[in-house]
This record gives sequence, structure tokens and C-alpha cells, in this order.
Amino acid sequence: MKRNIPLILAFLAGLLMIVSEFIPHRPFSNMVETLENWFMIIAGFSIVLGLASLLQMNYQKISTKAENWGYHLACVIAFALIVIMGALWGMEDQPGLLGQGEKIVSWLGKKPFDYTYDNALVPLSATMFSLLAFFIASAAYRAFIIRTFESNLLMISAVIVILGRTGFGTMLTSWIPESYRIWQLPVLADFIMQYPNTAAQRAILISASLGIIGSSLRIILGIERSYLGGDK
Amino acid sequence: MSLNTSTILERRIVYLLLFLAVLLPLLFPIGWGSDVSPVVKMSYDLIDQTPAGGIGLISFDYEASTITEMQPMAVAQIEHAWSRGQKVIATALWPQGPQMAAQSFEEAKRNPLFKDKEYGVDYVNLGYKVGGMVTVQALGSSFKDVYPKDSSGRAWDTLPMLKDLKNLKGLSWICSLSAGEPGLKDWIMIAHDVHNVPVTGGTTAVSAPGFLPYVNNHGQLTGLLGGLKAASEYEALIGKKGPATTKMDAQSVAHILILLLIAVGNIKVWVRKRNNAKNTEVTNA
Amino acid sequence: MKRFLTILLILASFACLIAEEAPYFRAKDRPYDKGDAIILEWKLPASIDSLQIQKADSLGVYQTLFIPLEGETSFVDQDLTYDTSYKYRLLAFGAEGADSLQLTASAITKQNWFYMDKLAFLLMLIILSAAIIYYILAAKRGKQFFIRRISGLDSMEEAIGRATEKGKPILFVPGVAELGDIQTLSSLSILSQLAYRAAEYNTEIIVPCRFSMVLSAAREVVKEAYLKAGRSDAFKEENIFYLTDDQFGFVAGIDGIIVREEPAANFFLGSFYAESLILAETGLSTGAIQTAGTANAHQLPFFVVSCDYTLIGEELFAASAYLSRDAQQVGSLKGHDFGKLLVIVLIIVGVILEIAGISWLKTFLMGAGS
Repeated sequence: MKRNIPLILAFLAGLLMIVSEFIPHRPFSNMVETLENWFMIIAGFSIVLGLASLLQMNYQKISTKAENWGYHLACVIAFALIVIMGALWGMEDQPGLLGQGEKIVSWLGKKPFDYTYDNALVPLSATMFSLLAFFIASAAYRAFIIRTFESNLLMISAVIVILGRTGFGTMLTSWIPESYRIWQLPVLADFIMQYPNTAAQRAILISASLGIIGSSLRIILGIERSYLGGDK
Repeated sequence: MSLNTSTILERRIVYLLLFLAVLLPLLFPIGWGSDVSPVVKMSYDLIDQTPAGGIGLISFDYEASTITEMQPMAVAQIEHAWSRGQKVIATALWPQGPQMAAQSFEEAKRNPLFKDKEYGVDYVNLGYKVGGMVTVQALGSSFKDVYPKDSSGRAWDTLPMLKDLKNLKGLSWICSLSAGEPGLKDWIMIAHDVHNVPVTGGTTAVSAPGFLPYVNNHGQLTGLLGGLKAASEYEALIGKKGPATTKMDAQSVAHILILLLIAVGNIKVWVRKRNNAKNTEVTNA
Repeated sequence: MKRFLTILLILASFACLIAEEAPYFRAKDRPYDKGDAIILEWKLPASIDSLQIQKADSLGVYQTLFIPLEGETSFVDQDLTYDTSYKYRLLAFGAEGADSLQLTASAITKQNWFYMDKLAFLLMLIILSAAIIYYILAAKRGKQFFIRRISGLDSMEEAIGRATEKGKPILFVPGVAELGDIQTLSSLSILSQLAYRAAEYNTEIIVPCRFSMVLSAAREVVKEAYLKAGRSDAFKEENIFYLTDDQFGFVAGIDGIIVREEPAANFFLGSFYAESLILAETGLSTGAIQTAGTANAHQLPFFVVSCDYTLIGEELFAASAYLSRDAQQVGSLKGHDFGKLLVIVLIIVGVILEIAGISWLKTFLMGAGS
């Protein structure tokens, strides 16, 4: 019974969503809107669940002095600080419990929440993303090795696209006359991206979409139930 | 898969070289230009051909981490829309989106041409809503139900530019600047495919190839801005030397370094193969 | 008689001519919709210089709705309420000295029972679903289906074995998408099998989640798997946790776990974007066995470079069937293959027809069924 109720709900909700895609008449049109509203409300409340999990996990590591517990303490302190700053003085135009915090704004130049956001979170996050550049460089160094005919093709396309995406590539082939424009590196790079690349992307997209239809059907029919925790 | 000690050392050398390749052109700009690709031009044309008074929507579906690639696109598009007499709504499917939107509007208003743009009349920042695709679906029925207030708590009815806007169909164009999910795909599937509103978008360079299939005859996606290069092309189209243009030299030099690294990697493998062949010959002899 | 017929013919032609020339203004409910639009059509004499369409508001006062451009003969009034009567008025002004016209029309919006423009989608859905259900039933009757080897999934045993040997945990990342994404659900299905085997080998499994909804589902999945393996005592709830909604904050958190805990095996299965290479390269630096899988084709090259095994696109969705070897699930995979065949046939036929200048198939599939 514990397993059957979610399965019945999944079946009914799935069927309703499919049917309403094709029937514009009441009650289907209204029911879908209601389901959408429910989803938004549930998703909103789930934020609380996440916060509880975050605090619970970190508290456990700190209280048992687990290995590297200092990192967990730093996480909790950062979390508490940003919540307190937001609650006391608000953010941007929104007031907090202590109003707009004119005094602290005149000292910091911004509200504490916005100040921390701009000067701590933005550079930290951007640093994480910029790691990608370093990893791409080292991955390219390992990946584009000529071993077979296919890897040769791969490397040639990579060189054209990489060069075509730079100002240097534009400069390198800008002398090619307009009638032979296709041989200019940026144009050639765009061609590779728009045709061979898109064709391959579409093929994977179509087969993945069929996989999605199959998976969805298995879930709606209750054949695939491991996402609920068990098979039987 | 694991790396041996020499590979780890090589990785560190690669990182150092890349750091220098990015840093030096930022300090000493070269000034290489670049061509405008057709997909960027399509995106530009969509906004350019929208009549004055039309309302465009930019969904800020990214956060601080990808600010370097995405923010120049946002600022350029806002400036472009304003220069054509259009109004801009900012929404967000990501929690940090409203901050990104606020920063973009602030940056665009620094341009003397747009310093008089007024909140509520020329632009609004509606803020973040949880729910991803479901939120976009709900916007198809009613904006006001989803956003009874803007990100600062002002009621919908107090914002003059929203007076006649009911749902997605009232928009002239939509642009989702998206670093992942939820994002551009949701806007394409609902706003374009269901409500027929033209959708354009911007993504990080590493995700751009995945969205190119949507730039098709159906017009599912009207152009695409992929990464910093596309942002610099957009800046060129609106005649602005903005942050993306100044950073393009660094990106170009980094790309060239990657090409050199690929060449070095291949030479290394070739030398290793030749040595192995020689050793085999010696052993056989 | 002949003369009579001739006169009749002349009169009929004249009547047709008059009918053609007679100005009209019509309003009708848009067919096959949810009752939210009315189509307005008009025809006016050439002497008309400008026109304006007005709509009666709730008090019956006409307000300007639309000023058509020259040559426009129709307009769709949208965002209306179903089962409601709407009144319209067309005001046409002639050139200087010419007559002006005023025509009225009204219509009631009606909800219909089918979106005709979605007929092609419905047919495709029925055919695909029927094929999948047929193969599921065939499998249920005992028919055996072949399923090709997917090395990325075969590696699971190897990865768990390595982790058990080294006494290190397994890291499982269910992607960066919400629970509503089918990739996340497929990832959780794989997690279920993986957790079951990890429980059997008494190996720890760490599951960081980006969204709270994913967290609650992942916890339930792992808990049930431990219960099924008879090791509910070994289940550690705190190992399945929420990190942050922030995309690269999430990545930073996982990178921290990889560097500190040094898991022996990393699984990155689900929807990934720009973070894929950062995760995979960090895992590579610690020497873990890495298996990745995503239907986001643009991230596959990054996983292929840095991971030992990669599930490409649909392989991620086939994983649950492959691992469980459940006859019904394997049967449904045959349904996918039928779908692929159908798509290939449609592409080939479509290309041939388009080259031949016949475009009804394209028009039908594009949703112009109405």
C-alpha cells in the first residue's frame, strides 16, 4: 500500500498531463494550472528541507569533531552571517528588521548583504568557474593526440574551431577574397559548428528524447519504480 | 583513470602558462578584431527589428560564477533594447538572477544615453521564482499571478509599463541568459513552442554547441550568443567597446596557447613512439 | 426559354458581383482552442482610406482595439475568457468626401475538445507508446530480448570492488537538475542499484545534492537499497546531503569532498553543464575510477576526456533496465529502437518528399494539422 499510492498518483498525474496537452477543454486545462501551482508551492517549501539538511549534516560533523570539521564550521558561520545581514538590513531596496541601515550603508557603501555578495560571493564563484579554463587547457593537451584517422579529423576540426573563435584566426585569413569566404577561418568554424556539430547533436538529442519518452512511460505505468527507493 | 607524477608536473606548467596567457593581454591589449557570426546577428536583428514601445524579457538564469561571460551579453542587450525605444522586463529562474539583473541595469544606466531610464517605466526587475519550466508555463497564463510584486516588493499595478501586459504573448521577444538548468531550454519549449513568442538566448561557451540545433527553420531559437566571443560580437554590432571586447584578446591568446599545447602533446607522443620503436629494434637485434 | 436562361445567368452573375463587392465584418470563435480567441475578418470597398476596430467593454462602451494597416483583412483577438460573448465594431473612414462605414459583429468564445495542430504529435505519441507497451507485454510473455553491452555500467562492480579494497567511499553526483528532469530520475534509478551493491560490500556512498527535492528522493532511494540488502544498520543518512543551489558553489563543495575524502570511485550521472570538466578533472587528479553519463550532448566530450567510462545520451535512460535485467524494462528498450527506426524512416521520406517539392508531410509534422 505504501508503494502503491505513489504509483497510482504518478500514473494519474502523468496521464492528466499528457491528456491536457491535447485537450483544451475544462476540466483538463484548469487542472493542469492547479497542478503547476501545487508544484511551485511544494518546490518553495522544499528549500526549508535543504536548509535543515545542510545544518544537520554540518552540526553532526562539528559536534563529533570529525576530520576537517573546521570547514564545516566555516560553512555554518558563513551561512549564519549572510542570513543575519539579510534579515537585519535587507538587500538592495528591500528593508530589513532594522530598516534600510543608512548608517552602515554610509560606512560600507552598500548594505552588508550586498557588500558581501559583491565582494565575496561573486569573486569566489567566478574563481570556481575560471578553473574551467585551466582544466580545458590540460584536457586538450591530453585529448587531441593523433592516433587514428578519426582522431586526426577530430584534431583538425578542433584546430579550425579554436582558431576561428579568436581574433588571431580572423586576422590570419582576412586576406582571402569574399568569393572564397568559406575558407576564412571564422566562417569555416561557424560551418563546422552549424552543420557537422549540429547534426551529431541532433542525433544524440533525438535518441535521448526517445529514451525520455520510454523512461517517462515506464514511470507512468509503474514499471520503473527504483526512483521511489525499491523495485517491489 | 589516474595521472602519474610527470603528468601532474606538466599540468602545473600548463596552468602557469595559461595564467600568463590570460594576464598579459589584459595588461597589454592587442586589439584583434573579430567577425560577427550569423547566429549572433540573428539575435541582434530580433531586438533591432522590434518596434519602439515593445516589451522584451530577459531571464537571468545564471549566477555570479558565470558573470564574466553572461553579464556583457545582458548589458549589451539592455542597451540595444533601450536604444530602440523598447522596455525591458527582468525575471529569473535562478535564485541569484535578480542581483545579476540589478547589476546589469545599473551598468547599462552608466551609459550617458540611458541615465534617464526610469524604473517601472522603461524597465522592471520582477525577481526570482522557484519552479523552472512550471514557472514559465504559469507565465503563459498570467504574469500578475506569478509576480504579484517585483523583486523590491512594489505591487504589479504600481508599475506603469506592465499595465497592459497579461501573459507571455504580450512580449515582443524573450532572451534567456542561461548557464544551465532551469534556463533556455524551458523558455524554448514553452514560450516559443507553445506561445509562439520569439526566443533568443545566451549561454556559456562550453554549453553553446548543445543549443545550436534549436536555431532551425522552426525558429525555435532566434539566434544564440555563445560565450564571451558572442558578447564581444554583440558589442561590436551596437557600436560599443565594452567589457567583452576588451577581454577577447586574453581569450584569443589562451586559445592559441591551447593549440600550441596540442602540438606539443602530439610531438611528445610521436617522440615516445619513435623511442619505443628504436628500443624494440635494439632488443630484436 | 433560351432568352430566359440568359437573363437568369446575367442576374446571377450580377448578384455574385454584388455579393463579392458587399463589405462585411465577421467575428467567429477560433476553432480548436481553449476558448481564448476570436477571429475578426473584414472586407471593405476600395474607397476606404482608414479603419479602426473597437471592442465593447463590460459596460458596453466601445474602446479602440486595433488599427489595421493597409491590406490587412483579419485580426485575432486573444486572451479572452471562454463562454463569453464579445461585441466588436468596425469603423471605416472613406477618403475625403467618400462615405464612412460602421459594421458590427459579435461572437461567443468556446472551449474545444482537441488542439488540431497537435494531431501529428498525438499520432507519434500513440505509435511510440503502443510499440513500447507491445514489447513490454512480449517480454512479460517470456520473449527474450538482446541488450548490447554498456561498459560504463559493467564497470560498476569494478568501481565498488576498488572502493571496498581501498576502504574508501564512493561518490555519486545525481547531476545539477531538479527532480522533474528525467535525467535526474534515471540517475536515481542507477543510484538505487549502486547503493544496493555498496550496502552488500559494506562500502560507504556519498551523495551530495543541489536541490532539496532531489535530496529527499535520493535519501529514500539509498535507504530502501540498504534495507533491501539487509544492511539498514549501515545506512548513514548524513552521507546523502544538500550542499547548495548555487551552481559553482555546488561544484566547489564536491571538489572539496573529492580532494579531502579521495573517493575510490566517482559517478557523475544526470544533467550537467559547464561544471562537468571541473568535476571530472578534479576526480582524475585523485586517481579515482570515474563513470559519467549525461543526455546533454555538449558536455559529453569533457567527460570522455577525463573519465574511464561514459554513458552517452540514451544509455543513461537504459541503465536502469540494463542493471536490473528486468524483462519488462528490457522490453521497453526495444520500443525505443522501434522509435529510432520510425524517426529514420520519417527523415528519409521527408527528405525525398521535400526534394520532390511535396511538402504536406513536413506541414503536417510541423503542427499545421488544423
